[in-house]
Amino acid sequence: MNRRMRRYGLNALGLLVFAVAVFPVAWMISTAFKPNEEIFSSTPRPLPSDPTLDHFDYVLGNGIAEVSFWEYFRNSALLAIVTVVVSGLLAVLAATAVARYRFRFRTTFLIMLLVVQMVPLEALVIPLFLDLKQLGMINSLAGLMLVYIGFALPFSIWMLRGFVAAVPKELEEAAAIDGAGPLRIFFRVLLPLVAPGLVATSIFSFITAWNEFIFAFTFLDDQDKYTLPVMMQYFFGNASNEWGPIMAASTLLTLPVIAFFLVVQRRMVSGLTAGAVKG
Amino acid sequence: MLDTAPAVRPTPGRKSSGRGRPRRPRLGPYLLIAPTVVVIALLMFWPMIQIAVMSFQKVGNRQLAGEPAESVGTKNYETILADDLFWQSLRHTVLFAVVAVSLTLLVGTLVGLLLHRLGRRMSMFVAGGVMVAWATPPITAAIIFSWLFGSTGGVVNWTLDLLPDLLVGGDWIDYNWFATPLRTYTVLTVCVVWQSIPFVAVSVLAGLRSLPGELFEAARVDGASAWRQFWKITFPLLRPIFLVLLVLSVIWDFKVFTQLFIMSGMANRDAFNLSLYAYSEAFGGMNAKLGMGSAIAMVLTLLLLVVTAVYVRIMVRQGETS
Repeated sequence: MNRRMRRYGLNALGLLVFAVAVFPVAWMISTAFKPNEEIFSSTPRPLPSDPTLDHFDYVLGNGIAEVSFWEYFRNSALLAIVTVVVSGLLAVLAATAVARYRFRFRTTFLIMLLVVQMVPLEALVIPLFLDLKQLGMINSLAGLMLVYIGFALPFSIWMLRGFVAAVPKELEEAAAIDGAGPLRIFFRVLLPLVAPGLVATSIFSFITAWNEFIFAFTFLDDQDKYTLPVMMQYFFGNASNEWGPIMAASTLLTLPVIAFFLVVQRRMVSGLTAGAVKG
Repeated sequence: MLDTAPAVRPTPGRKSSGRGRPRRPRLGPYLLIAPTVVVIALLMFWPMIQIAVMSFQKVGNRQLAGEPAESVGTKNYETILADDLFWQSLRHTVLFAVVAVSLTLLVGTLVGLLLHRLGRRMSMFVAGGVMVAWATPPITAAIIFSWLFGSTGGVVNWTLDLLPDLLVGGDWIDYNWFATPLRTYTVLTVCVVWQSIPFVAVSVLAGLRSLPGELFEAARVDGASAWRQFWKITFPLLRPIFLVLLVLSVIWDFKVFTQLFIMSGMANRDAFNLSLYAYSEAFGGMNAKLGMGSAIAMVLTLLLLVVTAVYVRIMVRQGETS
């Protein structure tokens, strides 16, 4: 086959894959801007011919519930940020241990990380509900934070240990000879060098916390405590025909995480190749 | 953007065994992993033990109010094993996993191969688009697909209706995609596969980039077809990656919850899978049956444990834990 023809064919195929992958999200965004008569029209059009912000006004102006959308947004953001920071910190410590030291139980620890990643979290919701209830942490974001940190940790450590191992030990030794203490070495030498890996794990932790539904749904009672996914479920269940506002709310929930994801995509992929895949 | 991957590829496990060991206090590594061990023990291992214990107990509203749980022996298990709903949920779980995993791996691999052959910019562009599916929260994915497959204004029915009747039959406009479990699971499969493909594609792409190009050049010179190249070179070399992807996909698809919960809900018992069934028993009714839910969750966990054992074996054999 002609080389140029093949090139065109492949590119066309690539564009098709792109279109299929993006279509559902693009359709969501487009629907969010369509007036109702266009949403329920018998001949759907790809773009709104008469774009409107009504659905966003409705969602942002307490149309969903008594609580402001921003409250949910704040709850979700707070949960995700605390999860990222705490699990990132703990993961760096543990990853340093497994990448830098040989110690008894090291293999046991690594196997534990693997096994824990496989535990069906959907099953843990039952005992954790009871435990948090006993601790009086039901219906609180703090209880959820704890749970999310636990969920984000194993994969973060698994991924980060490769990045720590890639930092030449000589750098740390040189710093030690120059008289730097362990803390200084950690913050001035190791941390900057594993930063790309930390970015990659942070995205995973962030997405874990931002997207999580079942625990937030089970643990939170009061509307003002809801996270965005719980709010979406509530809204979807109570107004299943209001596709315009539902798509507007979905857009507001989805776009931040997609934007975040795409901005750091490069780091993401390198993190992935380090952690999940090694031939 | 994707090409920077090899630049930061670390080599865990291949540490300087010959170089001098760091002289640091022996306690160091244990202090470093201590917080993680505590968190995981409290949030994962302890609850796992609790599930195992609770699956032999009656834990309901009265126990939630503070009364001690009463032991019921194997009654919870006897009840579920005698219940058709359990077997139906199990069947749904397994069949869905088989179909979704096959599709995910097949299409994901094809997309990975395509990304590898595209030019640099095009590959970046397409990969970026594919990532969008990955980043979408499961809850919005489920809601979007409910809308796409909806019977009023849904774009899927509209498209199917436009296609020639010869291909797809007619009368699609009012087709209800959520009327039967089979149809619901069809939509669920499309939704879950759409979201899982990126991980497979990017992993396969990373694997392909790590292979020496000379192998393929030599094969091309010898006149090997693309099909032959894949089965004789790519697949054997990337076998470890495919194995890991297979196991991870099986585990993820076995316990799908959020999307099914949104599309079908707790009232629609006919469409339950094991995780929705367990959740519904535990939290669904006015009468909480956490013991029953735990028994079902135990079955799911034991099934996954078998798959996990395979996964751990692969990783240990690959030297990932050394």
